[in-house]
Amino acid sequence: MKLLTGNDLPTGDVVWWTGSGWSRHVADAVDVGTQGEAILQVEEGARRVNVAYVIDATPTPDGPRPAHIKDRIRAVGPTVRFDPASAPDAAVPQVI
Amino acid sequence: MYKYDQYDQRIVDARVDEFRDQVQRRLSGEMTEDQFKPLRLMNGLYLQLHAYMLRVAVPYGTLDSRQMRMLGHIARKYDRGYGHFTTRQNIQYNWIKLEDAPDILAELATVEMHAIQTSGNCIRNISSDQFAGAAADEVADPRVWAELLRQWSTFHPEFTYLPRKFKICVIAADEDRAAMRLHDIGIQLVERDGVLGGRVFVGGGMGRTPMIAPEIRDFVTADDLLSYVEACLRVYNRYGRRDNIYKARIKILLHEIGADEYRRQVEEEFVAVKALGVDPPKAEFDRIAAMFAPPAFDAAASAGVDRSDPDFAVWLDQNVSAHKQPGYAVVTISLKPIGGIPGDASADQIDVMATLAERYSFDELRVTHAQNIVLPHVAQADLYTVWQALTEAGLAEANLDLISDIIACPGLDYCSLANARSIPLAQKIASRFADANRQRDLGELKLKISGCINACGHHHAGHIGVLGVDRKGTENYQLLLGGSGAEDVSLGKITGPGFDEDGVVDAIERVTDRYLAERAEGERFLDTYRRIGMEPFKEAIYG
Repeated sequence: MKLLTGNDLPTGDVVWWTGSGWSRHVADAVDVGTQGEAILQVEEGARRVNVAYVIDATPTPDGPRPAHIKDRIRAVGPTVRFDPASAPDAAVPQVI
Repeated sequence: MYKYDQYDQRIVDARVDEFRDQVQRRLSGEMTEDQFKPLRLMNGLYLQLHAYMLRVAVPYGTLDSRQMRMLGHIARKYDRGYGHFTTRQNIQYNWIKLEDAPDILAELATVEMHAIQTSGNCIRNISSDQFAGAAADEVADPRVWAELLRQWSTFHPEFTYLPRKFKICVIAADEDRAAMRLHDIGIQLVERDGVLGGRVFVGGGMGRTPMIAPEIRDFVTADDLLSYVEACLRVYNRYGRRDNIYKARIKILLHEIGADEYRRQVEEEFVAVKALGVDPPKAEFDRIAAMFAPPAFDAAASAGVDRSDPDFAVWLDQNVSAHKQPGYAVVTISLKPIGGIPGDASADQIDVMATLAERYSFDELRVTHAQNIVLPHVAQADLYTVWQALTEAGLAEANLDLISDIIACPGLDYCSLANARSIPLAQKIASRFADANRQRDLGELKLKISGCINACGHHHAGHIGVLGVDRKGTENYQLLLGGSGAEDVSLGKITGPGFDEDGVVDAIERVTDRYLAERAEGERFLDTYRRIGMEPFKEAIYG
């Protein structure tokens, strides 16, 4: 399947095309088939997304799984804990 | 420390206003991303993997407590409560909103800070020795010349659109704590027959084509230094390649035409530049130099420290260095807690370091290229109090220059250029070698990790280096041995086939085991490697 992803212009947040708008959750992403480039043109022109691009993904019971590790990390955030002052053994997301 | 004059403040304030207008025009649709991108990059604003990233300049790594507190404030108000100190002696924020960026720059401007020239093909932040002004072995305070270069290079019309980014480093001691010869221009201030001047090295760098800068001039008097640097830049600006980004750095130009030909052209240009009056009048130089006068040290400060607390004694031995002023010491605060993120500090930790600087270090801090923080002027009588405060803040890891004091770039967790993650690997390695006695037994061992060939993690200069690559969509790590960014500068060599994340941790352990088996009395890892060569280590790694 093909997903369309980019960044929200004012905030920079990673966003995913849902078929009718943009979500911050990859689970909401839909297969854009061959329409990715066309949607991208319209949405970037309307400044509803920034630096959008089409990626490959695999459907899973938990939602789409981006094919490349870079996009998987974009989908779920850094694989390291956020707070450097927290305990060194604090749990980190196991996403990869 | 340098304090802005009216011109400095005016240009920084004007830049904030200009960028605020540019952001508004981008948000309103008057500008496309293609039009806006070079403008935001000129203000240190990147679009990274998850968000905008803002890189704030810390000129030659020097800060006062007011500026440090502002960095904490920005982390707390505009980011997620932390900042990342970089290998360029700057700080980066990973979670910035475009709509907040003008306000952030405006707040920075109130404490004489900015993000100008932290990106783009211009002269970047001038780097220097983090022990400047405190080191016993320096011939002068290199920050005076670093500041001069900062003023000269800021918005320099001729060097705003160079073929590629350009990094300059100034040191003033034989011990190189700033990787000077791995810069586009490295200057070592020296004295010859009572005259101050500089040795000038040109064409060093890391990245995909690492090179050690050759010496282009063995001595140029301090009075001529700025003209000479301008001549070096002019030759590069004229002949550096603009047709191929991978061949655009000055190191490639030197490699292609040769150091002798480059030197000949620079000398010719130098004669022309010298006539232009680029070097500052004495009064202006003296004005800048006066701001770097030594602080009011207590000449009667008592030397000697009570070492009865064993944990304190360990930290003292590892993280405290000699100061040129009797009764004082240089403290390096490790931002490398075992299992932590190299270079990261929370807003609260940043505030603690600011307070300690204000109370105990004549209001000064330094950022090191190894992603640590220095309190440069601490009275020995205050060391125990400082250590206690650092301990309470989680900042008293006694691991300076040990294997867990790892340089790591943000890697694939944050960086859109990266091919592999650096931070989780650094955390795994530090955890594997967590035992403090084991680390100290291994001794000085500089381990540096980059998540891609651009080498922000200085892997070429690591005694042990790790380079993350993309191998058919999977992270893979190459291991390098034998690099150094110090005065014994060298470039690491790849051991052989790469590893997965766990595999490279195991391989590093096999390397250190072989070192322990082979080392002679008093040898560091690097010394043993240089004596016995790569083969015994390859045998240990690959069998």
